[in-house]
Amino acid sequence: MTEYRIQGNTGEWEVVIGLEVHAQVTSESKLFSGSSTGFGAEPNSHVSLVDAAMPGMLPVPNRECLRQAVRTGMAINAQINRWSRFDRKNYFYADLPQGYQISQLYHPIVGEGEIEVTLNEKDPDSPTKKIGIERIHVEQDAGKLMHDQHPTMSFVDLNRSGVALMEIVSRPDISSPQEAGAYLKKLRSILRYVGSCDGNMEQGSMRADVNVSVRKPGGELGTRTETKNVNSIRFMMQAIEYEAQRQVDLIESGGAVVQETRLFDANKMETRSMRSKEDAHDYRYFPDPDLLPVELDDAFLEECRASLPELPDAKRIRYEAMGLTAYNAAVLTAEAETAFWFEDLLAEGVDAKQGSNWLMSELFGALNKTGKTLDESPVNPKQAAELLGLVSDGTISGSISKQVFEIMLETGQAASAIVEEKGLKQTSDTGAIEAEIVKIMAANEDKVAEYRSGKDKLFGFFVGQTMKAMQGKANPQIINDLLKKALG
Amino acid sequence: MTDFSRLGVAAIRDGVADGAFKAVEVAEALNARVSAAKALNAFILETPEKAIDAAQAVDADRAAGKPLGKMAGVPIGMKDLFCTEGVQTTAASHILEGFVPTYESTVSANLWKAGAGMLGKLNMDQFAMGSSNETSYFGNVVSPWRRNDGGKAALAPGGSSGGSSSAIAARLCPAATGTDTGGSIRQPAAFVGISGIKPTYGRCSRWGVVAFASSLDQAGPMARDVRDCAIMLEAMAGFDPKDSTSLDLPVPAWEVGLNSDLKGKRIGIPKEYRLDGIDEDIAKMWDNGIAWLKDAGAEIVDISLPHTKYALPAYYIIAPAEASSNLARYDGVRFGLRDLPEGAGLQDMYAATRAAGFGEEVRRRIMIGTYVLSAGFYDAYYTQAQKIRALIARDFDNAWASCDLILAPTAPSAAFGLGEKNADPLSMYLNDVFAVPASLAGLPAMSVPGGLSKEGLPMGLQIIGKALDEQAVLNAGLAIEQRSGFTAEAGEWW
Repeated sequence: MTEYRIQGNTGEWEVVIGLEVHAQVTSESKLFSGSSTGFGAEPNSHVSLVDAAMPGMLPVPNRECLRQAVRTGMAINAQINRWSRFDRKNYFYADLPQGYQISQLYHPIVGEGEIEVTLNEKDPDSPTKKIGIERIHVEQDAGKLMHDQHPTMSFVDLNRSGVALMEIVSRPDISSPQEAGAYLKKLRSILRYVGSCDGNMEQGSMRADVNVSVRKPGGELGTRTETKNVNSIRFMMQAIEYEAQRQVDLIESGGAVVQETRLFDANKMETRSMRSKEDAHDYRYFPDPDLLPVELDDAFLEECRASLPELPDAKRIRYEAMGLTAYNAAVLTAEAETAFWFEDLLAEGVDAKQGSNWLMSELFGALNKTGKTLDESPVNPKQAAELLGLVSDGTISGSISKQVFEIMLETGQAASAIVEEKGLKQTSDTGAIEAEIVKIMAANEDKVAEYRSGKDKLFGFFVGQTMKAMQGKANPQIINDLLKKALG
Repeated sequence: MTDFSRLGVAAIRDGVADGAFKAVEVAEALNARVSAAKALNAFILETPEKAIDAAQAVDADRAAGKPLGKMAGVPIGMKDLFCTEGVQTTAASHILEGFVPTYESTVSANLWKAGAGMLGKLNMDQFAMGSSNETSYFGNVVSPWRRNDGGKAALAPGGSSGGSSSAIAARLCPAATGTDTGGSIRQPAAFVGISGIKPTYGRCSRWGVVAFASSLDQAGPMARDVRDCAIMLEAMAGFDPKDSTSLDLPVPAWEVGLNSDLKGKRIGIPKEYRLDGIDEDIAKMWDNGIAWLKDAGAEIVDISLPHTKYALPAYYIIAPAEASSNLARYDGVRFGLRDLPEGAGLQDMYAATRAAGFGEEVRRRIMIGTYVLSAGFYDAYYTQAQKIRALIARDFDNAWASCDLILAPTAPSAAFGLGEKNADPLSMYLNDVFAVPASLAGLPAMSVPGGLSKEGLPMGLQIIGKALDEQAVLNAGLAIEQRSGFTAEAGEWW
């Protein structure tokens, strides 16, 4: 990939980045309790006795959460650990009822894997790079403190307490803010394909801790800082940019980077120190004695593998083989949402090339104009397929289909009903077309002469005139044939 | 008129079923005994109405011809470590004083379902940490036993299930629940001349039991004889999907399976338990136990459990480590005590609440546990202790090649006086030396009365069995019970 360098007073600096992404596992209930994981509920309405850590309560692992972690691991070609174990990470905080977080330090459920990223996933010629994944482990989320509800007290909302997270830890293989952005986008895309996380960063179901250090190109690794809980791709790229520059400035002015935890202030666009290594907690990790080790058998692993959808890279290659342009294939597969829409369209019998062109130009164009996402599209794949079918069987022309589509967007009517109602069916009545051609040739004798003397380009003029006379409803192929005959 | 205090679990159950007396009569009689025995301080909370309600329900069921449960009509004491719905549950700590659970522990729920009733919540060592009941926030329990020297020295009822042991020995209840982390059922049973069994780890659900050390905690029954223990264990045990470490196995019919003929059984005598300077009375009782089992048809074999001497130190690393984490939830935020000094922040609230809410022994173990898990010490302590634990378990596995059961003393001495050992935690911890190995290995182990010391105090014999073989343990206990002729009782001085 392109080399990213910071120009300092003492020369160039290289940036070394590793990401720890927390992704909320898509599941009905929490990691160790039956409480709902629903977002946006009344505070403390999704809290079981286990989540509130009442005396004598015990965690029982939610198999679905483990399954989602395993499927995610398989999607990044990672080693799946058939034997893993939960550990307790001990610290006191008011949003942590147990006084410890159940996590996996020593034996994570997923080991080494990798993700291939391109700087611009929509550009098939963009260079690619493999980013190593060190591990994925499963852990509990904490609750939420609210400091703005009372003048002297803080309130605690335990709805998130115990919700399952996957922590996806990358190798320090990332060397620019752009690469970090591409990595996070690709990871989010994979999670959405797999269905193990909705990737919704605004709602906090995906967030990143960013480890950054700087060094002279190829030199020894520098001291890193960790910027916590960055909740958008843009912010993450800004945080890296700021933090790398800060470190270079610091070192070049004779200072030293301190290993510490920082936070990103999106308003001021800067990172600030939260706590240094000296104040770091001693988490006293040890195996959770309330839980047995997690052992995965063949049947479970097979089911996980069989339930995996086709992943973006494989899908892109298949689309190209189906005759799509590399650009179209890349765009259609970049997000699961798009790919699934396209596949639904194909399932309705639409030709791949016709469908992809229409989706990328007409549908995307219409959605862009109205600021809607694909999920909010007023036209679903079945309705779109009907429209495209009318074009491919010659009922309407391509240009008429655009009019029909516009009406569909406005009224939600079916394409065939619109065509019927507005009388937009294209005609293959050769007599009617011939009659119009005769009239046009009579009215444009000069142009006929020019054409016959070799000005071939005028053919288009006659096609246009004929189509216009036919109010756009004539079959273009028949116009072509008849014109060629008439013009000689 | 029947003296209901002299009836055990089986006798009450059968009498109620046969119509010899009503369950309510038993409950009333025992409620009266409980309320008259305050000097023993065995109960933190008396719940006479609970005992009556349960008894009335049983009497009604019987009158209606409905089938009766395994413990129908039997009033029992409930160790205050079990959460009981609507009834204060404290773990004998100040930090949980006034805490009323909205839920019922699986084990207590099983007992109520079987027809038992609750006389009250029994005193204990705070968070089950202690061997003498002196760590209770609600004052120490006193043993009903006194030395035969004519003095009135108050003796320890053992711990941590000391309220249970004292109440049973004083005939306030025929049986009670106990929990055993490193001997907390067996040692108090031995100190007061009753029986108690810690089943295989996983037999009884831990759900709703205030946790001390999760990998060791196991509930079990305490009663005046082996049969009663078998009956009550059947009622308590069973798979619970709410406890991941619960064993998904059917509960054997232990009572029906009782058989004191030990022909074909080999009893291992571990040489490592014969410590230098072993108490003379204890050694003699052990020899008697060997003779009784031989008489019951068993073959006696010498065995070795070579890592025994490391068991106690390993236990006092693992149990505090787990406790330091398990007790983190008592932070003053959601329930229990909250001490919020003027102008205090969150950290100050934690510190003040926990300092005020936990007793000295609990604080000591939290400190030990925090230390052994801390960065730089984890491998030297916790990891090593886990290795020892695995070696202890292997010792037992190896022993089972040559024997079916192991016989040893339950504790190294008879009951000591209150206040005698609490200045020196180490000498107190040493009381668990024979009990801890079976806990670390998760094996079923039982204490039955083995005789009286020269001072006239009960001593206990311990039988350790293979995992899941509670039946063999109970059978050997029965064989001893039939031969020991142990009928001694504490004089009713309270």
